[in-house]
This record gives sequence, structure tokens and C-alpha cells, in this order.
Amino acid sequence: MGVLLLLGIAAFVVVKMGEKGQWSPDLWGILVTPQTWTAYLLPGLQRTLTAAAVSVVTALLFGFLFGLGRLASNRAVRWFCGLVVEFFRAVPVLIMMIAGWLLFTRTIPGVVPASQAPFVGVVIGLTLYNGAVIAELIRSGVHGLPKGQREAGLAIGLTRGKSIWNIELPQAIVAMLPSLVSQFVVILKDTALGAIVTYPELLRSAQILGGRGGLLQILLGVAVVFVVINWLLSRFAEWTARRVSTRTSGRTRPQQASAAVVPGGAGAGVGLGGGGLGGGDGGGDDA
Amino acid sequence: MSDFLEVLSTYDIAGAFWVNIRLAFFAGIFGLALGTVLALMRVSPVPSMRAIGSGYVTLFRNTPLTIIMVFCISVLWSVLGLRLSSDFTANFFWLAVLALTVYHAAFFCEAIRSGVNTVPVGQAEAARAIGLPFLAAARLVIFPQAFRGAIAPLGNTLIALIKNTTVAAAVSVPEVSILMKEMIENNGNYVVPIFMAIAVGFVVIVIPVGLVTTFLSQRLAVSR
Repeated sequence: MGVLLLLGIAAFVVVKMGEKGQWSPDLWGILVTPQTWTAYLLPGLQRTLTAAAVSVVTALLFGFLFGLGRLASNRAVRWFCGLVVEFFRAVPVLIMMIAGWLLFTRTIPGVVPASQAPFVGVVIGLTLYNGAVIAELIRSGVHGLPKGQREAGLAIGLTRGKSIWNIELPQAIVAMLPSLVSQFVVILKDTALGAIVTYPELLRSAQILGGRGGLLQILLGVAVVFVVINWLLSRFAEWTARRVSTRTSGRTRPQQASAAVVPGGAGAGVGLGGGGLGGGDGGGDDA
Repeated sequence: MSDFLEVLSTYDIAGAFWVNIRLAFFAGIFGLALGTVLALMRVSPVPSMRAIGSGYVTLFRNTPLTIIMVFCISVLWSVLGLRLSSDFTANFFWLAVLALTVYHAAFFCEAIRSGVNTVPVGQAEAARAIGLPFLAAARLVIFPQAFRGAIAPLGNTLIALIKNTTVAAAVSVPEVSILMKEMIENNGNYVVPIFMAIAVGFVVIVIPVGLVTTFLSQRLAVSR
């Protein structure tokens, strides 16, 4: 039934495209016009990649801070970090982006230049959500190690903190590398939400250019750009998984579908814990 | 504080959330149906079916939902004239459901496939040994067990879907993120409380879904 529906829509599109003259070479020619790329799509792609790269760095910082916080020996710190992580995993990225953007345009204008507010909003949204997911990756990475690693650390006289820092965390990071790369795919995809908060990334550049005609063709071109980059990143994640599996006692297979969201075990003991509030596929959710 | 409560009461927050819930409900049903068919294709013995299934998943999983959403309205409707309802507003709603469906079907498919992977290969072999053809084996033996093994990832996909309904803002469906934008624009000094109010709304919707699917995944797990 679902396939029939899909085939129906595909057939409708092909027929309608003929009716509306969308197969005309003039419209498709826009994809091979140099100006399309030099004036619109490549600058847009550059801003997409910039937002993604900055967000990767800030999300890693956020994730390490709160991930380690969730492993802290102090109960209050654990509880607080767990609350923050679970909260930001349950809130849509777009909501955080819009709030971050308007915070700097409406509430405290002048802190960042008005032209930079959309960019800051995008980075805030991506950082809070993906940082929370990375924090969870770190926690589950450390908890996923065989417990002999911790016991051996304690047996040779390390403190719990030193054992985490010197023995468990290095292995957990290696084990989580593939999942981390998969999360970068989520970050890159979610930069497209920036179009909604007026950040002139790839999608928004495409919309502006396509407003004068050929939107169908340009959007398909942009989709292909995203698919190719993300597909390469996914392959890279699989490659790292094979590559690093000998260098850690943890599991390295990127957690597909069931996501970065390993049901919360020990951890903070926050009421929110449990089943995982993140998205599918390492967030996949997420847009 | 009382000012803020007044701000909250002047907007129909519950009504906006109701739009998100309806988007998630319909896209969830259609997406699960399409995802099941895709999963069936991906485990079928016919190579071309497997190729179509995995091609679909690779394509839609790697495309940003926002692009699919914009494509559905700006191209399918504006350029090609696709109408899913004669009513202007309802048409936008159903086009948004279409975008959410085709995107999340790829994730539902992967969730179900991970469930199929929990079914021991002996089950499929036994089904074939008693003479069941592929579809009958899938319907009677494999998928009933696969769904029970897939509840946790399916729940995660559902949660992602609920949060992703906000992306319908890209095509002006009057859901909660558009309402929040309007609220903040009119009350710039309350940006944090307004954000918290909407965010807590999502937490309240999403957490029970997480708890129920975790409970069900343990309750319904096939004991082996």
C-alpha cells in the first residue's frame, strides 16, 4: 500500500513535470550554469559547513563537560548534569534555534551584530542538542566498557577519577568515534533548519535563487549535495568502526536506529532517565 | 511573573501543540506502514527489491528534512500543483504529513530491520522448511517477532518524529514553533520563560512516550 502510494506520487510528479514544462533543458541548465554555483550554492554550502564545523567543536565541549559531569562522584553534580542532558535531548532543535536567534535580536540586541544573530542561533541550537547526545555517548561509552577495566584501575591504586581519566575515558572515546562521526551527519543535516531562522546556508541560498525559476531543479541539486556529503561521512564512520575496534575493550559498532540512546543505566538516577529521549539514528532525528 | 502568565494565556499554546500531535499521529501511521514495506523489501530474496529498499533509505536518511518539507510545498504544490485537500490550510497540513512520512519511513524501516536482526536465523529456516513462501514466512513468523524486538528503536523514531513536527514551520503550518516565534517577537523580554514553557511542553509529551516504549520493549521482548 505504502509503495503504491509512493509510486503514485512519483508517477504524478513525472507526468505533472511534463505538463508544466519542468523537463525543459532551460530549467535544468540552471544546475550547470557557473553563476548558480559561484554566486549562490557554493557560498551557501560554505556557510552550511561553517555552521556545522563550529557546532561540532562547541557540541564536543558541551558533551565532554556534561558527559564527565554525569560520571562525577558528587551526587548533586551527576543529578544536575543528567537533568540538563535529558532536557536538551527532549526539546526540538528548531525550538532552541529560534529562541537563540530571537534572544540576540529581541532581548539583548547589540551583544552580537544583528547580521550574525541567525548564525549564533543555529550554533546554539545544534550545540545544545548534539552536545547532550554526545554527553550521553560518553556516559554510555564509559559504562559500556568491561568492568574489569575499572577494577584493574582501582586495583593498582588509582582513584576513581584517575581511573576514569587515564583508563576508561581514552578507551570510551575510541569506542565512541564511529557514533560520533554518525552524529556529525545529524549536525550537518540539521544546519538546513538554519533556513527557517534566516541563516543564508545552502537551502536558503537555493530558495533565493530558485525564487526566480527552476526551484525544483535547484532543490534536487542541493539534496544531491547533502546526500553525497552525508553518505561519505557515513562510510567514514563505518571505516573508523572497523579501524579502531582493536584499540579498545568497548564496542565500536555505531549504534544504528536504536541510536545513541542506550537505555540509561546507572548514571545520574534522574527521574527522567530510562528509555532515552533522543531521536532515532543518533538523533536522526532530528531533521 | 503575573505579566508572563498573562502572555501565556493570550496565546493558544495547547491548540498549537495539538497541530504537532496530529502531524506526528498521521505521519507516524503512514511512516510505519511505508517503513514496514521498505523493511520487507530490504530482507526479501529479490535483489532488485533489496536495492530499491536500501536506495530509498540511503537517499532519505541523508537528505535534511527541511529540504524535503520545502520541496513538498514549494515544488509539489506550487510548481506541480499537487493538492492533498481542497482546503488551503488542510492542504499544507497534509503536504507536511507527506514530507514527515517519506523522511521518517526510512528510519522506521531501519528500526524494524534491527528488530528482524534479533530474530534467530533458525526461525526463517524453520519457516522455509515447512514450506512457507517468503511473504507468508515474513507475515506469520519473522515480523511478529521482529516488531517485538524493534519496540525500543521504533519508540526512538517516534520521539524523533514528534520533535521533527516543528520543522513544518518551514512551510508555515501553524504549529508550536511558529507560535513561539510570534510570542517572543511580541514579548522580547520573556524569551527565556517562553522558551522554557514550550520546551517543557515537549518534555511532557516525549517522556511518557519514552517510558511506555521502554516498558513495552521489556514486557513484549521475545524470551529466548
